[in-house]
Order: sequence, then C-alpha cells, then structure tokens
Amino acid sequence: MKSQVPRSRSSCAACKALKRRCTANCLFAPYFRKDEPKKFAKVHKVFGASNISKILNEVSDEQREDTVNSLVYEAEVRLRDPIYGCIGAIASLEKKMVELEHDLMLARARLAFCVNQRTSFLNEHENMAPWIHDTPDSGMVEAFNQDLFSFNQFSHLPLL
Amino acid sequence: MTSTRCAACKHLRRRCPPDCIFSPYFPSDNPQRFAYVHRIYGASNIAKILQDLPVHIRGEAADSLYYEAHCRMKDPIHGCVGIITLLHQQIYNAQTQLSKIQAEIAVLSAKAQTESHYQHQVEHVPNVDENF
Repeated sequence: MKSQVPRSRSSCAACKALKRRCTANCLFAPYFRKDEPKKFAKVHKVFGASNISKILNEVSDEQREDTVNSLVYEAEVRLRDPIYGCIGAIASLEKKMVELEHDLMLARARLAFCVNQRTSFLNEHENMAPWIHDTPDSGMVEAFNQDLFSFNQFSHLPLL
Repeated sequence: MTSTRCAACKHLRRRCPPDCIFSPYFPSDNPQRFAYVHRIYGASNIAKILQDLPVHIRGEAADSLYYEAHCRMKDPIHGCVGIITLLHQQIYNAQTQLSKIQAEIAVLSAKAQTESHYQHQVEHVPNVDENF
C-alpha cells in the first residue's frame, strides 16, 4: 500500500544536483531555487557543496544572501578565467585606477594653470567691462582643493 | 628517512607521491597556504583546476586561488568581491571628479578666448581724436 503522506515540496536546485531529499530547513533552498540549476552548478563546481555549507553556517541568516551572491560571482569569474579568477579583475581595475589618478593629476595641474592665468588677466584688466568680473569662479577653486579618493588601502595586497 | 611530504599531503595525512599535483605549489614550509585553499575550495577541486591547466601556468593559478581563499577567510560574506565593488566605486568617483575638472577647464578656456577677443577689439578701435 502506498504511503498516504503527501509528497514533500520539490527539491531546491542544490538538493536536486546532489540527489538528496530537500528538507524543510534546507540551508541551500532559500538561495538556490529549483528554476536556477546553473547557479548552484557553478558554485558547486568551484567550491563544492560541503564548503559552501560551511561558509553559510559561519555567517548570520541576514548575511547569507549576500554571501551566496558573492560566491556565485567568484565562481562565475573563476570558470571564465581558471588561472586568475577575480584576481585578474582586481588587477585590471587597479590598473584603471592608476591611469585615472594620473589623468586627475594632469587635469588638476591644467586647472591650476587656467585659474592662475585668469587671475593674472583679471588683475591686469581691472578697467574692463564689469561683466568680465561678475562670472563666479568658486567651483574651480573647490575642485582644485578636493582630495583624490585614496586607493592606498590595497597597497598591502600583493599584485600577481 | 625524514618525510618530504608537501603541505597538502601533510594536511591530508597521506603519502606524497613523486608526481603529486600539489607539491610544486604548496611547499611544506607554508602550511597555511594549503589550509586556506582547502578550507574554501577543497583539495579535490583544487586538483581538478590545476590538472586542467598547462603546467607552466599552474603556479599562477595556485597563487590566485590562495589570494581569493585568503580574502574569503578574512571576509566570509564578500570575499574578494568586496574589493572589486570598492574599486568600481573608487573608479566611478575618480571619473566623476575628472569630468567635473575637465568641464571647469572648458569653461575657463572659453572665457579666456572671449576675453581675449574683446581685448583685441578694444585695442584696435581707432582713437576718435585722430580723425580731427
């Protein structure tokens, strides 16, 4: 005689992949829905279900979704670039940041030159038409004095 | 005879064969290196990743895996993705600042050009008294 117990809810993507029964308090179910099999497949391939489970158990409930999202991202990048993974992305972004810092330095120098030139011009031509002196310049001084957002906090991280 | 097992085989408590996939990249003098990658990825996944790569590039892969594992151990929620997010934000801020400064340079240059043209006109208007 067949059991009268109703069939349990359908398995999440993790339990389906691991071929096991998906319990009501399955750790993976909230983050690996059954309609997203590839999401779990990626993290399982890179990290392994057991390691994901350990990492999720280390963080609080509220933090688990962010943790899963970052693991999925890392897994995707690692599968795309098996040699460097996310480190390749970090190196590329740091390079971009160095280029931008250089561009900012040049732009600030150019702005300082323009401001000095204008100040000299205004001093030499005090008797010029009044509208020349009325245009506000305050934004330029503010931009010149604003500090660059430092990325030196990553300088201790070794670049590969 | 002293043991010459690599850090991986020591950690996994097994014999270290001559062709051990881990031994070139996880020397016995740095047990933390293997401990971290094993904790995050598992020995079997590390072995698969390394085996799929040409030998000359495996060292760099092992380095990047260790770096990522290290980031994940320090920040279990974000791992190294936290660094990527922060860098994106910094780049956005720097680009915004650069655009602002470039716009102000453009305004100053346009003003300088206008004033120079005005000055040129003023200097070349003939003196009315000269006509008499």
